[in-house]
Amino acid sequence: MLDPVTYGIWLAVVLTEVISLVCMIRGRAFLQHFTLVLYLCSCLASELGAHAILRNSGYNSDAYYYFFFYSKSLLTISLYFVLMNLYSHVFSDMGAGKYIRAGAALILAGTAGISYYMVATSSNRLVTHFAVELGQNLYFVGVILTYLLWFAMSKLQENRARVTQLVLSMGVYVSLSAGSYAINNLYPNHDGFWKYYFPITSMWLPVSWAYTFLKVPAGTRLATAKVLAPAR
Amino acid sequence: MMPLMIFVISLLTLLQFFVSYTRSLIAESREHELSDQTREICGFTATTARGDQFPRLLQLIELCPENGGDGFKVRAVALYFSLLSLALGVFRWLMVPSATGWIELELGCCTYAAAVALDRRIAYNRTIMAQQAGH
Repeated sequence: MLDPVTYGIWLAVVLTEVISLVCMIRGRAFLQHFTLVLYLCSCLASELGAHAILRNSGYNSDAYYYFFFYSKSLLTISLYFVLMNLYSHVFSDMGAGKYIRAGAALILAGTAGISYYMVATSSNRLVTHFAVELGQNLYFVGVILTYLLWFAMSKLQENRARVTQLVLSMGVYVSLSAGSYAINNLYPNHDGFWKYYFPITSMWLPVSWAYTFLKVPAGTRLATAKVLAPAR
Repeated sequence: MMPLMIFVISLLTLLQFFVSYTRSLIAESREHELSDQTREICGFTATTARGDQFPRLLQLIELCPENGGDGFKVRAVALYFSLLSLALGVFRWLMVPSATGWIELELGCCTYAAAVALDRRIAYNRTIMAQQAGH
């Protein structure tokens, strides 16, 4: 049975994801940012699955532990698709679509290969913190990819406000998650804290995306120089 | 060793992404011209806003009903303001005048963004009240 705080947080996460989806559809970004919609739908499916397992098996069960960390790993991989979508938006003017698709396929294959290797060589450690290590590594690759994208945007002087905010909010989320997983890996015996922490931080992306699609009109321009350079 | 390295790098990138994200939110406010009445309410006498006016503006924003989801922006800017205030204290202690000058300018930008949020909330509530009076 869920305690009221856990249930309240779960409900808040689901609500923010639904609101974010509605904002995206209202902001006519459904086709343009299809991978974002796909990611949010995956998050919703994962939340509903987690809720069903919590009700049946409880928070301290192995079933919930595996479901939470492995669904998170799958969501991180789907986050790579979001990132590739953002890459293709940034490089769209250069006609580099096919290279980005090839790069995305290569990264995905590489990540899948490394993950498979880690699972194959760590089958005796699956009940320990292997899942946390996997999440930490996947998010860290996300940090590097987002940082490279942001660097390219500043060099190319990208000025679409929506794309800028989407990339930066993604950067905040992957950095926060990679850091949190690393701390969890270093100090694993604080389940009470992580139980509330991970769901709360997972609200960042839906909330920031909702804000972007609700408040930033599609054609708004914002020079990256204004975001990077000190104010004058 | 590896988790510690990932933690340190992630913390640094988090800081950079968060600062840039908040600056992108603030940059949008710079284009907005404040109404005379809001300037009077905020107590802006000079052309630029000062950081010490921010807490008062935040209290005024709390009194005004929200304007279609701008609460997220106000909270993000408030968090950025707290980080800057902390950094200002550290740099003053270390006596680095160039850094403190830049931070004070940034604090002023946060105050201006808060004033813009207040201005929009006042305008929004006026419109709602006018519509209600019309019915």
